[in-house]
Amino acid sequence: MNDTAHETLRRYALAIIAHVALVAAWYLFVKLGNVPRFVMPSPEATLDALLQPNYSWWTNIWVTATEIFGGYFLALVVGVALALAFSWSKALEAFFMPLLVSLNMIPKVALGPLIIVWFKYGVFPNTIMAFSICVFPILLTTARGLREVEPELLDLVNALKGSRWQLFTKIQLPGALPYIFSGMKVAAILAVAGAIVGEFLGSDRGLGYLMLQVQVTLDTPAMFMAVILITLLGMLLYGLVLGLEKVLVVKDARVS
Amino acid sequence: MPAEPFIRLKGVSKTYRSGRKAHLAVSDATFDVMPGELVSLVGPSGCGKSTLLKILAGLHPHDGGELKMGSATHSFDPSRDVGMVFQAPLLLKWRRILENVLLPAEILGLPQKESRERARSLLALVGLTGYEDKYPYELSGGMQQRAAIARSLVHDPKLVLMDEPFGALDALTREKMNLELLRIWKEAGKTIVFVTHGISEAVFLGTRVVVLTAGPARMADNFEISLPHPRTLDMKTHERFGEYTRRIYKLLGME
Repeated sequence: MNDTAHETLRRYALAIIAHVALVAAWYLFVKLGNVPRFVMPSPEATLDALLQPNYSWWTNIWVTATEIFGGYFLALVVGVALALAFSWSKALEAFFMPLLVSLNMIPKVALGPLIIVWFKYGVFPNTIMAFSICVFPILLTTARGLREVEPELLDLVNALKGSRWQLFTKIQLPGALPYIFSGMKVAAILAVAGAIVGEFLGSDRGLGYLMLQVQVTLDTPAMFMAVILITLLGMLLYGLVLGLEKVLVVKDARVS
Repeated sequence: MPAEPFIRLKGVSKTYRSGRKAHLAVSDATFDVMPGELVSLVGPSGCGKSTLLKILAGLHPHDGGELKMGSATHSFDPSRDVGMVFQAPLLLKWRRILENVLLPAEILGLPQKESRERARSLLALVGLTGYEDKYPYELSGGMQQRAAIARSLVHDPKLVLMDEPFGALDALTREKMNLELLRIWKEAGKTIVFVTHGISEAVFLGTRVVVLTAGPARMADNFEISLPHPRTLDMKTHERFGEYTRRIYKLLGME
């Protein structure tokens, strides 16, 4: 017991040291290398960018967060719902699954200009962008998880004349949960990319938009700060998913 | 007065069709199972023993011969009176052991409180007291299979069907589980049909052995094992035990 606690502590300590070391290396590189500020700002200069009031950091963070979390949540609802529909109707799955696999091959980023044509620019189209990039991994892993029922467990339920609903709630859905989470983890990383690409292509607010603005004035510290904030938003989403998985999925059942 | 058989098979056969091909999985299975018996079905892979078990479980209909389940003295309800154990324990990873054992009771909608008590006492019967709140991964393979046996008994079925339940265990654990099964069988008083490809396991456990052969699948023999109960491991060295196993080897063309 004490050994595992000790091991965990050690792992956390190493993780923190690695991050601090990266910042230190960054600091030393800029200071000792005399790197110009517009090429690579120092850590302090990057932090100072937050003090610029005309960058409206809070609004931009809020906008980008809305796009990431909104698109992600929408993808989760739609992806899981479609996968459930497929698990209930073989015909539906046989018809739509090949189509969805083909659609999944479309580089979602290439849809950006079209999405702007259809939905103009702003928070909604960028949410759609994040959604379109997230929905497939969630849908495909959920569908796979729902399919993976041991045939003998099916026999066990059928021998007791159990209903389709019982099979679904007691075996299929809880069995699919680890798969759903593996899709959700992949999608959490993609959601951030989707929202930012959307902002690059067309928007008037958000961290991605801000990056384009400050690029013109060569305010590299602000760009650095924006990247850090985007990363933090991604880490927050990923952390929430991991936390939820820890609560809902038994350790041994998790798909890594 | 001889009692009426609990299960009676007369020339039961089953053919699987896929396209134009027909595959005879079981043919001319004729044997009786008396209430409280432990019947071993033994034979090589492809002899139809698992198919026969599925027919008894009501999962597949048979397409020839007669099958009668239950008797005037021992009624049989096809949805409630079957318990099943497979080669893999097939416990649900996300449920604790007690909740795993309760699965059949939940499916049948049996009263919760009584079922929980029953599940606890069954876990005691299979020697898993203290493991109620563990997850399956915290148990060894043999212990998981004990839990699966408890699960097969929780709804108090009259018939338990076992499909090579100890086939995945190491030899020592397997011998131990054989003894455990005999004890559980005596205490629970169930009728058990036990599928195996282990010849000495079939003889050691069975009150009766049904021998099936493959290619084409057919029933080769059906005889009683008159070794005394309770069985002990040293019976395996008895002369009569050897006679029974030789007889089966001969039937399977392995002599």
